[in-house]
Amino acid sequence: MALLKLTSPHAHSAQNTARVMQLVILATIPGLFALTLFFGWGSLINVTLSCMVAVGSEALVIRLRKRPIMFYLKDYSAILTAVLLGISLPPLAPWWIAVVGTSFAIIIAKNLYGGLGYNPFNPAMIGYVVLLISFPVQMTAWPAPAELYPSDMQVPGLWHSIQIVLPLLNPDTLSGVSETASGTIDAYTAATPLDTFKQNTGLLVDQFYKKELFFSQGTWAGLGWEWVNIGFLLGGLFLLYRKIFTWHAPLGMLLSLALCSVIFYDSGSSSSLGSPLFHLLSGATMFGAFFIITDPVTSATSNKGRLIYGALIGVLIFIIRSWGSYPDAIAFAVLLMNFAAPLIDNYTMPRTYGYSKSGVKSNKKRKEDQSDAR
Amino acid sequence: MADISYKEITTNGLWKNNPALVQLLGLCPLLAVTGSVVNALGLGLATMLVLVGSNAAVSLIRKQVSDAVKIPAFVMIIATFTTCTELLMKAFTYELYLILGIFIPLIVTNCAILGRAEAFASKNTIASSVLDGLMMGSGFAIVLLVIGAIREIFGVGTIFANMDLLFGPIAANWNINLFGEGYGFLILVLPPGAFIVTGMLIALKNLIDSKLAQLNATKKEPLKKGAKRMRTTGTIA
Repeated sequence: MALLKLTSPHAHSAQNTARVMQLVILATIPGLFALTLFFGWGSLINVTLSCMVAVGSEALVIRLRKRPIMFYLKDYSAILTAVLLGISLPPLAPWWIAVVGTSFAIIIAKNLYGGLGYNPFNPAMIGYVVLLISFPVQMTAWPAPAELYPSDMQVPGLWHSIQIVLPLLNPDTLSGVSETASGTIDAYTAATPLDTFKQNTGLLVDQFYKKELFFSQGTWAGLGWEWVNIGFLLGGLFLLYRKIFTWHAPLGMLLSLALCSVIFYDSGSSSSLGSPLFHLLSGATMFGAFFIITDPVTSATSNKGRLIYGALIGVLIFIIRSWGSYPDAIAFAVLLMNFAAPLIDNYTMPRTYGYSKSGVKSNKKRKEDQSDAR
Repeated sequence: MADISYKEITTNGLWKNNPALVQLLGLCPLLAVTGSVVNALGLGLATMLVLVGSNAAVSLIRKQVSDAVKIPAFVMIIATFTTCTELLMKAFTYELYLILGIFIPLIVTNCAILGRAEAFASKNTIASSVLDGLMMGSGFAIVLLVIGAIREIFGVGTIFANMDLLFGPIAANWNINLFGEGYGFLILVLPPGAFIVTGMLIALKNLIDSKLAQLNATKKEPLKKGAKRMRTTGTIA
């Protein structure tokens, strides 16, 4: 009778790359649902478009690199990048925004560095930053939530949204009247709560909240956006429950962001930089905390390292949001800390068993080794 | 090194040992001013002029200057030629000079020039040195020009814009608008674009080199009859 000679560990997990990626994609559903509810079909169109471009460009690069195409496509990493990027894009942005951003993310930010596992920077955020720097006009045109539309305007339906994204499908475009050019699109767009809040000069926070529709009609931190953030928070909690990532990085980021805003809240004076609740439920905070900075490739690796990594991202987000000139800060903060992740890893290397400090043998151990050698 | 052939000097400068793509020297101006064809060409020509001049001068004094003082002497020579170039540009292409700004005086610190003076001109005859300066200079200028063209075409959608700054009023209408009004892909005009395009060009050069090497390898080695397999670990005397 031949005994199977297997070395330990015998228990193995059903978790593999493709499964993890699928779960993360699944967890974006609540947030994506909230986005669609408040801002129309644009985000879903963006995500679909990005996914198609991502699969195409990933297949192209892998073919050029002479690797098995299906093997790499089946790990869903390209599709996850595309979903994350598609969510970050403004709904109703023209089609080439998604195409340029996704192909840049997949081809340059991911595959030129060696593919999944080798990229030092988060590909979706690289794609977003490239777009934000290159096309600031299109990238800052967020539609207003449906409730804030002028009374004579309708939320664009699915087909109408597709026509706005792909003007070629619109018969009016062919006859020379472009919707983008005629300025109709501008009627849909509005400043986000983060932008609106920055324009506060001289009003107390309470007065400002009463004056601005965004805040007076919202519950906590701006109509629509609070629910988008809560949606992503739910998705993130689901991923935590499934043990896709540890709590360290998200908690570090949210805590440090909240702490910064407590310090600078200034009890709601006219020079306040926003309440903690406002910062936690605005812009891409929850999306960033649970879907971007938890990327295992580009973040720090040890638990302690992840706590520091997340906390520093939170501080950077607050700094760039409050004193920077960009609409939100997640992408820049994450990319800056991607640079720092190897350094954090270097200083937070966990202790190896049998050694007192990381990589340094304890004196006792060293003496024992020496006596053994003799 | 003294008996290096003119053909070899030429291929070295333009391809095999190209200052921008292989030696990666002079990257600071390479990345900073290649936003458009006219800037790239302006800086490329200025660098080439300094390189030819300094190579010739260094080659002339190579037997008189001792090793102890040769680097300061080379730097003085390069600085002189750079100042000449700067004054020439001020006289004839003043607007371009204003655009290129600090990068014209900074030619002094371009390592490609000091590198050539030290590695080549201080050991070779004046004719070889001048040719080397010309070829290294044109290798550098061509790379600048290609990067400038790519960044201008894809960054702002034009090519040969503002060429009148360099060639006078005759070039005023050379500007070609490729993608229509309103096109812009800003990242290519900004510094990251320079890094990306330069990286792509280096990759392309390495790709061509490896293809050429493959071609040569298949051509060169016809199997000899009766050749035996040989152990190749260790050195064969």
